[in-house]
Order: sequence, then C-alpha cells, then structure tokens
Amino acid sequence: MTEHPAVGAARLHIDWTRCDGRGLCTELLAGRLARDEWGYPLARQAAPGDRSDVALSPGELDAARDAVSLCPRQALKLTSAP
Amino acid sequence: MTVMAARVPGALPGTAAGVVPGAVTPSGGAVPGAVSPPAGAARLFRAADASLAGHLAAYAALPQISEAEAFIEELRRSGLEGRGGAGFPVWRKLASVRASAGLSRPLSSDGTGTGTSTGTGTSTGTPMSRGRARRTVVVANGAEGEPLSLKDQTLLRQAPHLVIDGLLLCAALVGASTVSLFVSAASHEAVRRALSERPDAGHVSLTVAPEAFVAGEATAVANAVERSVSVPRDHLLHLSQSGIGGRPTLVQNVETLAQLALVARFGAEWFRSMGTPDEPGTRLVTVSGDVPVPQVLEVAGATPVDAIVAACFPAAPAGHDGSAPTAWPGVSAVLVGGYHGGWVPGSAIDLPLSRAALAVHGAAPGAGVVHVLGSHRCGLDAAARIAHYLAGQSARQCGPCVNGLPALADVLTRLAARSRDARLPAEVVRLADVVTGRGSCSHPDGTARFVLSALTAFDSDVRSHLDGRCEVHAR
Repeated sequence: MTEHPAVGAARLHIDWTRCDGRGLCTELLAGRLARDEWGYPLARQAAPGDRSDVALSPGELDAARDAVSLCPRQALKLTSAP
Repeated sequence: MTVMAARVPGALPGTAAGVVPGAVTPSGGAVPGAVSPPAGAARLFRAADASLAGHLAAYAALPQISEAEAFIEELRRSGLEGRGGAGFPVWRKLASVRASAGLSRPLSSDGTGTGTSTGTGTSTGTPMSRGRARRTVVVANGAEGEPLSLKDQTLLRQAPHLVIDGLLLCAALVGASTVSLFVSAASHEAVRRALSERPDAGHVSLTVAPEAFVAGEATAVANAVERSVSVPRDHLLHLSQSGIGGRPTLVQNVETLAQLALVARFGAEWFRSMGTPDEPGTRLVTVSGDVPVPQVLEVAGATPVDAIVAACFPAAPAGHDGSAPTAWPGVSAVLVGGYHGGWVPGSAIDLPLSRAALAVHGAAPGAGVVHVLGSHRCGLDAAARIAHYLAGQSARQCGPCVNGLPALADVLTRLAARSRDARLPAEVVRLADVVTGRGSCSHPDGTARFVLSALTAFDSDVRSHLDGRCEVHAR
C-alpha cells in the first residue's frame, strides 16, 4: 500500500535525457514507480504533469535518496514541490 | 466583421507582390507622430518593403518607453499572448524574467537609448544591469520547426524591423546583456541584412536553426544559443528563472515580438480593436493542404476557420458571408494548430480560431497552422503519416519518446491499413497515455494529443476501418 504524498512533499525529478531505463529506482521505490514496456520508470497513478516530478511520501524519502545516489545515469534529483 | 487582411506575398510563388489591405474600419485613437495606427486587420505587413526606410515610413520609430512597469501593464491590458504555439501571456513572461533578475525599478530613461531614430536602441550596454540585478538573456525565436508553418519566415523576410524593434524593446525591459535572433535558414539573409541596417542592433547575434521539428522548443532554443546543440534539455526551473548560462532568459516567438512592437506604438486599446475579448488583435496563419492557393494570412483574432480556408479559394468572396463559394470542394477535416494540434471535423469548421472554441476538439490556434484535408483523403491515413513523421522527429534523448512514438505511429498505421483488430483504438489510447508527461519537452505530449484527436475526429471511419472498409477509399 502506497502512502499518499503530503501537499508540498518532496519530489523525485527524472531527467529523461539521462535516464536509460536501468530500473534501479523502480526496485527501490517499487510502490511508487512501475516500469513501462521499455523499462523506463512510470509513476503509478500520477497525473501527466507529475510524471517527471514524482511526488513522494515521507516514508519514501530514504529510498528516494538511495535511488538518487545509486542511479548509474545520475538521472534523478530530489526537489521540493514547486 | 473584418475578416481578412494581408494576403502575404512570398509564401507561395505566383502570388502578387505587395499587401492586399484589409477592409478599412475607423481606427482607434490618434497617436501623435508621423503615422496613424493601422486600420483593419492588415497590421504587420504595412511597410512597402523590408528595408529600414520602408519600416520607418510605415510605422515611424518606436516611442520612448521610459517606464517598464507601465509598459508591461499596457501589455497586460492588450491581452497579447505568445504566437509560437503555447500562447503564454506576454506580460507575465516579461514580469517573470524581471522578477528573477531582481529588477523592480522602472526602466531608466537615461541610458537605455529608447526613442532613437530606429527603435529602442539598447546599444551594447546593459541598461538594466546596474546594482544587484542579474544579467539576463533575450532570444527571438524564429526557428519555426513546424513544417506546416511559414508565417515566421514570411514575417522575417517582409517585416524584419518590427521583430527587431520588439526584440530590442524586450532586451531593454529586462536589461539583457545577451540578445539573440534564432531563425530558420529561409529567413537568415533577410534578417542579416536588416540587422546590418540598424545602428542599434550591433550587439544582436544571429543563429540559424536546423530544420528539425523540435528546434523551436524553448529549451532547444536555449541550448542552440548556448551550446550550438539544438535539442531540448532537462529543466528543473523555468527558463525565466534559469536559462542560458543560468541567467533569467526570455524566449519569445518573432511574431509575438512584432505584435509587441505595435502595442508599444499604438497601445493596448488599439490592439484590442480587432478580434474578440478572448482573442484580441490579429494573428498570422499559414493555410496549407487541399486549398488552391496555400498562403500566409493576417486575420483578426477568432476569425472562423472556414472563413480562413475560404480566403484561399480564388473564387471565394473577400469577406466571409456565411455561404460557401461554389468552387468549395468537400472538406473532411482541418488540422488546427499544427502537428501538435488537433483535427476539427468538417462539420465544425465554422468554429472561431480561438482557444475556447477549439478546446473540445483538442485543438488551439497555436502557431496559426490551418491545414485542410479534402474529403477525397482518408483522415486516418493522413494522421498515420504525420505520426510517423513526428516519431522520426524525436530528438532521441528520452526513452519514452524514442520508443513510444514509433509504437504509437505503428498502431495508428495498422488502423489506417484496415487491420481488423478491434483492440487497436484502445492500444492507441494506452500508448498515448504512456508517453504523455514523460519527456524533457512536450513533443511526446503534443504527438499523443494529435493522435487522439484523429481517433475522435474520424471516429466513424475508425469503425469502418475495423470492419475492413474505408469511408473515403472504397477499395
């Protein structure tokens, strides 16, 4: 069960120009990120406008930090909500 | 209502040189100076030729703009929105860049050189960058990557000085230290010549855009000017906050700048004297496809789509009177807004070219593309061909776009080829959803929107195709 992100929550920004679909983030954040048929991260139940800046619940922050630091393509950044 | 003006020459061979003036209506308030405000819808192509002398004879020099905030307020009152596709309010973009740059004081009138004989004359200085203000960048975007659009290159070839006026004025308003013109190869020579005529434009750099659909996307423009790589880039912040070299960056379409230069001369009230409250002023449109005379036109805001199409038939009346000309062939649909726009079915083309009216068809005025599909053509065939083109125009940076757009085009092609697979429409919808919102630019989103609009506009033919038939091609 995925915890609902709070308003103003941290977001995981995906730089699609770097992402290669290695899939590490989708394992670390399996409840939040699925993989599309080509392996790229696809935010679950996210509106189109939130798919490149994926809202996170507080409980996902540690895993998100790991994903940012472990992404082999350095395609992820943690940001606060706009 | 005044409908048409400015049958713009040069877009197509064989059209007469010069501008056909629109119907003359009483003009707005008189403006002190050498020229009266243009009346009717012929506004942007008033100059007899593209020279600086012709420009000054038609429009006179820009008046002095001494108060930046007051002029931005005038732009807000004018309702001028961007003419590059997205339609963002011009005043808000300017205000945003000024805020990011830390400019809260009015535009100074001492060192900016406004009101010189040729325009806003920013010289090479940084008129607004004194004190703690950040340096800013302004780029005029004339890349026009959309193959169905010719209006920007037509404007740059016929009226380059209006665009340069607007560019220099914006540069003064945001205190730009870097000022660039980004144009297609077709207009490069005309713009180079125009820049060389102006003593106030020595600091403007000129860059030629590659012929690529996404070259005109704002972050691609920033990349091209900064790194000579004309592909979109990832951005956490808006360009107005952090663009070229990390500086607040204003990217404006060239028609937008020309319109802005007219608002500076003749005011917001004059600007709104054409069009409607929602779609004030005039806009340039490029009409193409199954019309006898494809061309660029300047039309009043919210002109009905069928009136724009009718103007491209030689036998058509100059003004739209509600009756189709006798030579009118069947129109299956009109693609409005370009390849990222939407199909408006032939039964609905009496709608005005306005965002509100077209939204139900997934279309918007966008950059003014009006592409006619004759009733002898299959809309699904046409849409599938365009979808393949768009897939090929991916900058090949973002996985969902690189993989998803060809998949989307393939499914649409199977539908167009009358493959009897009832799952195809749902698969189009699914793939359109998968790619949306998942790129560094809006190319996947725009392509998805275009493909979905084809399913809607040609829905009865979709059912025929799934049954192995086609409403257009009997075979």
